[in-house]
Parts: sequence; structure tokens; C-alpha cells
Amino acid sequence: MFGYAGRILRINLSTGNIKTEPLKEETAKKYIGGIGLGIRLWLDNSKPGLDPFSPENPLVLTTGPLSGTIAPTGGNGHAFVSKSPQTYGIAEAKSHGFFGAELKRAGYDSVIFEGKSEKPVYVWIDDDSVQIMDAKHLWGKSPQETEDIIREELGDYYIRLASIGPAGEKLSRIACIINDKTRAAGRCGLGAVMGSKNLKAIAVRGTKDVSVAKPEEFLEFVKILHERMKGPATVKYRTLGTPQNVLVHNSLGCLPTRNFTNAIFEGAERVSGEYLNMRFVTKINGCSSCAMRCEHIAVVPEGPYKGTMARVEYEPLWAFGPHCGVDRMDAIVKAIDLCNYYGMDAISAGVIAGFAMDCYEHGILTKEDTGGLDLKFGNAEAMIKLVEMMGMREGLGNILAEGVKRAAELIGKGAEKLANHIKGVEMTGYDIRGLKTAALGYAVSFRGADHNRHGAYALDIAGKVDRFKFEKGRSKLVIEIEDLYMIIDSLIVCKFSRGVYYKGFEDLAKYYTLVTGMEMTAEELKRAGERLSNLARLANIREGLSRKDDHLPIKVMTAPIPDETVSKGSYITQEELDFMLDDYYIHRGWTKDGVPTLEKIKELGLEDLAYIVERKV
Amino acid sequence: MSRIAKPSIHARKFVSVDPDKCVGCGVCEYICSYEKEKSFNPLKSRIRIVRLGLTVNMSLACRLCEDPPCVASCPRDALKQSEETGIILIDEDKCNGCGWCIEACDYGAIMLHPDKKVVFVCDTCNGTPKCVEWCPEKALDFTTKDVVAQKSRISAVKKLFYEVLRA
Repeated sequence: MFGYAGRILRINLSTGNIKTEPLKEETAKKYIGGIGLGIRLWLDNSKPGLDPFSPENPLVLTTGPLSGTIAPTGGNGHAFVSKSPQTYGIAEAKSHGFFGAELKRAGYDSVIFEGKSEKPVYVWIDDDSVQIMDAKHLWGKSPQETEDIIREELGDYYIRLASIGPAGEKLSRIACIINDKTRAAGRCGLGAVMGSKNLKAIAVRGTKDVSVAKPEEFLEFVKILHERMKGPATVKYRTLGTPQNVLVHNSLGCLPTRNFTNAIFEGAERVSGEYLNMRFVTKINGCSSCAMRCEHIAVVPEGPYKGTMARVEYEPLWAFGPHCGVDRMDAIVKAIDLCNYYGMDAISAGVIAGFAMDCYEHGILTKEDTGGLDLKFGNAEAMIKLVEMMGMREGLGNILAEGVKRAAELIGKGAEKLANHIKGVEMTGYDIRGLKTAALGYAVSFRGADHNRHGAYALDIAGKVDRFKFEKGRSKLVIEIEDLYMIIDSLIVCKFSRGVYYKGFEDLAKYYTLVTGMEMTAEELKRAGERLSNLARLANIREGLSRKDDHLPIKVMTAPIPDETVSKGSYITQEELDFMLDDYYIHRGWTKDGVPTLEKIKELGLEDLAYIVERKV
Repeated sequence: MSRIAKPSIHARKFVSVDPDKCVGCGVCEYICSYEKEKSFNPLKSRIRIVRLGLTVNMSLACRLCEDPPCVASCPRDALKQSEETGIILIDEDKCNGCGWCIEACDYGAIMLHPDKKVVFVCDTCNGTPKCVEWCPEKALDFTTKDVVAQKSRISAVKKLFYEVLRA
């Protein structure tokens, strides 16, 4: 096989049994790779209704057919797929960097981790040799320390690693899996699934060649993409980076501030992308094979956090900044750095901190609960202390580490009214009270609150549609992007590169054909995107999710935007949401309850999963 | 009667890397391994990246040393340096992969081939280095050491007189 390694590695951490099995061409072409293949493998290797921390919940790691090649950004991604301890449905978390390319060179398209090790271990994948190694000396260490120690003890500085930190070890539901020091497979708590298996890290070294089917044409195409990547489609990432969003959102009245109390932030300038780049950014790094480079590295120049270094993107900046009412950039960088240290999703941690502040401001949490912290909005030092407490699961941090939904349930006293999540996953930095196309995308996203499953905010923000009113048929736009994104996340190419595929599916299909040698047309690839969207939906249905889980964060539905801004008064009623969902399900070819019909399932070649819907249609 | 001219300081061009521009993306590694061995594998690339911490990225290839330690160290005389271009020429029949040249090189520029088990090193692609052509950040330059000094000199003076030059 070209592109694909043609092999799946299966590691049972309970028995120590390690074996490989072939990846069939048919399977590869049907599910592409990345999250698509990951979801299929997870379904095939699990039973319905498992506890996400059960040894029987497999943790699936996948790469895509482009991994390990010079395809810009196609070379560098990997995905983790498993049942999420937040949504209790199917979840995926992707990351980029260098780890995925190394895994492909070791000769694997996917690794399935089953069972649970009795003692802390790490897996060492050295081409064909796979060993389970003692990790007792690594337990308690940060992912960054873990990487250094393992490289030293295995004696190779180019080994790539994906590890969990203390948060994952302590089964924090917002724990993430970090590779290459700063890259995170962040959302949905998959770090805790890894921790529940006593799996501290995955170390990989791959020395094999990666080849493509049509190298000369492939290189020609790559050359064109390299040019496009220096052009208008990627300007944002190459200049200010995603933090550019701060002032854009602020001007549109869609910058969620103080736990969605407001939609504009008076301190926005001080935490803007412009300010960040001017005062903090020292370097912009790139991932393996990337021709854009987007990784803005911020270093705090002065003050109590001087010298702190972290990669800063919009979402974590927003979560610890406007969302907490904090206007100190140095504190934001410090908070992000702490999340990297503990191995926690920075978005979720920031959202939870803001939630805790909202509870405190409403008297639901007192100084006794917070261990003496004056947890008012804007108190940067308190926020940082809270992050440490969450990372170590100490004091109030122990409750907060359960994620905003469960924390609110545990705290009670009306805290649920302040917990902004969808399906148990913390909300992200778009005030969808005034971005209604995005709101639909968020509600139906299979892995919970997420702007990346659909990118529909772009339509609202660019003004291509009326963002305050959702009309019939609008779903079609969301569905189109969802299906495209399923493919982007299955090939795996970087979402930031999405603008360079001028001809959408046609360009991506060309990539696929030239790399794998398997003919793929734009139509077939589009169909695959639809197939994978339905696959994810079926996985969730199998785990008991339904229409009622396609909801929106509580404040989006109960608190109209109060600010004197263009979006004033905007929010989303249950009626509006029902209207959106009805429209979406119809255009998806699903029932009124959001269940794929038998016709649709057959149409997409997923008949063997029909059992999931049999009694529901 | 022919005179063998001393190689001009402008004849020996090598691949020079600007660490301020390098972002550690590794396109150079991929294109080198493809050009030389028709596959994508950084272990077969003659140019290798080094990343230190979050802020330091740089790639390295053979620097065409004057009196190269690798050549001097080889017990089997398997290495010699081209008079004209300065690149290191390897006699693969004589080389037995002992690695003494690898230990002698201060830059890690000469390496052991993962399959062939003899050493390999950058040969500047015969004067048209692919890595320089493909680097997306234009961080690589195919240049001589004298020109490297010239550029730094000019850049330093420009920085000093930035305000004056702007007006």
C-alpha cells in the first residue's frame, strides 16, 4: 500500500498481548483514516454502554494516509478516538506536530490500546518491536518532563512522544494528551481514558520509508499548495494568528465575557492578538511538513511570571482572558503553561475557572469553598491558583476537575444555571447568542461544544448570512462544512490549511489519489464525508445520545446579550433551536429524533450498523 | 603549462541556515530524502533539524570545513574532499561504517545510512540544493562563507542606521 502503512497494532495492556493485523484497502478507502477510521475501529472493538474508564473502553490512535509525507500539514497529524468521560458518547481529539509522522514511519496506521495495565507503564513502539515499559518513575511528572526522561533513558533525542500529565493520571475529565511538548489532543477528556489504563506515555521511533503512489505529480501538487500557503488563504495564521479573533469578536459583540454574562470585553485591547504579538511573541514555529507555520510562541517579558513560555491560540487566550474577565496577558500565558504542565485542556480549564468565578460572584461558592481565594471575575492570581488546584485535584479543584457539568451538579445551589457546556463539554469562545448558524453546528457536534466540527461561525462572522435569524434550509450550509471537515480530520490535514483547497473535495481527492494510488473522485470523497458524519452520529446513538443532547449552553438559551452592541438582546429560544434541529435532521435524511434512517444507512454502505437504529425508526 | 589555481573563496558554496527564519518544519528533510532516495524519511536526509525548547529551531548540513576532520579521521581513506567544491566524497566500497568520522565531525553533519550502513553527507545536490529551493520560510541559502559575513555586516549597519535609511 502507498500512503497507508497497511497495519493496525493492537496492544492489550491487561495481558501484555501485542499483535498486528492488516488494514484492508476496502476499509481504508471507506473510512479514509484519522477520525473516520478511528470511530469505526472503536465501534468494532467495544460494546455499548461502557464506562469510559472501564478497561474495555479501547483508546484508538490513528494517523491518515498522508502522514509521514511532505504533504504540507498532511504529514503531521494524529487522532485519538474513544468514549468520552464527559459526553459518554464518541469523542475524537486530534493533534499535530511530529508524532503522527513518526508513527507512520514505524509502520502503523493505527494503534488500539485495550485493557488496563496493573501498574503505570509506557508503550515503546520502535518500528516492529513493541514493548510495554515500566513507568513508575514517570508517574506524577508533566508531559514535558516525561518526554525528556524517556528520550534520555531510551537514548535517542528524536523519539516522539504523546503523554499524559498529573491531570490524566488523576482521571480529571478535562485531561488531555500532549505530544511534542506543546501540542495537545485536548478536548473531551481523552487524557483521562489514557490515565484509566495506567498508560503514561506512548513513545515512537520509526525508521521506515514512506512512499507515495505517484511521486512526481504529487510533488507538483505539493509545490502548488506551498505557494497557496503563502497567500491570502493563510494570512491570519502567518501573522497575528488565531488571537486575531479577540478584537474581531469584540467588535461584533460575540466575545463571551465573564462566563457569558456579556458579549463584549472592556479589556479586549490588552488581551488582543495585536498586543500579544507586539509584546509577547518571540517565534512562530511550524509542524512537520507545514508550509504556513502558525504556532505563536509567547514569552512573558517581565513581572511575576517572567520567562513563562507557551504557545498561545485564541481559544485558551479567550478562556483565561475575557471569559474570566482577566485582562492580564502575562497571567493568561502562565495559566496556559500550567495547563501544559498538568496535561489539562486549556479551553476547558479556563471555562471552568470562569464558571467558578460566576458561582462565587453569585454567592454559590464562598471563600470557605475556594480555600480563601477571592474568586471574583478579573482576579488573575486567584485564577492561576485555581488552575493549580484543578491540575492536582486539590480542594475545590477536585470538584472542578470533573468538568463544568458535573461540577455544577456537585456544587448545586443553582450552579447548573451557570454551567455552559454542550453534552458535558465546556463551551468555546464564540457567543452564539448572536451567531445562529454556528449555534446549530455547536448543538449537533458529535463531540460536544465545538466550533471545529463545523466552522459555521465563519459564515456568521463574515456576514454571508443573517447571523441573528435562522431560516429554513440554512442547515445545508452547515452540513456541507461538517462533511468536509470529517474528511479534513480523516486525511488528517490541518484545519488551518482548509483555505488552500480551492476546489474543496476535488483538491483533497487529488491528494488521496496521488498518495495512495487508489482512485478517489470528488464525489466519492464527499460521499465519504457524509458517511463519516453519519458514522459518528450512529456511534453516539449506540451510546444512548439522542435529540435531547443536541442542546445549547444554558446561558445561550436564557440570558439575552445585555451589552450596548449590535448583538444586543440576542439569544436562542427552545423554539428556535427546535426549528434549527428539525431543519438539520431533514436535510441530513434523519428522523425527527435525529436518527439516521435505514435508507440513509444503506445509501452510505453502513448496513452492518443498522442494528443501532432498528428499534428507533 | 597549466597552473592549478587555488580554489576561490567563492567556489565553495554550502547550505547555510538562518535560525531566525527557520521554523523547524522539516520540509528540507523530506525533500532531501526524496531527491536522494525517492522516499520520505528524515533519517535519509542529508540536512537535519534541531529543535531546542520552544524557541530555537535550526537545521544543519555539511559545512565544507577547511581541512575536514572527517577526512583526516578515516582509517581507511574512504573520504576525500573535492578540491573544487569542497564537498566530502565517500568511497562506499572502502567505508565500513566504523563511524570514526561521525565522532570527528563537530556538527553531526556526516551520518550513518540506516540501510546501507556506510556514511552519507550533503553533496549540495551538485550545486542546485533542493532544500534551499523548497524551504517555505526562505531560511536556507546556498552561499559561501565570505558572503555570509558580507550579509551580516550589511544587516548590522542597516539596523544601526534604520531611521536614517528610512528617511
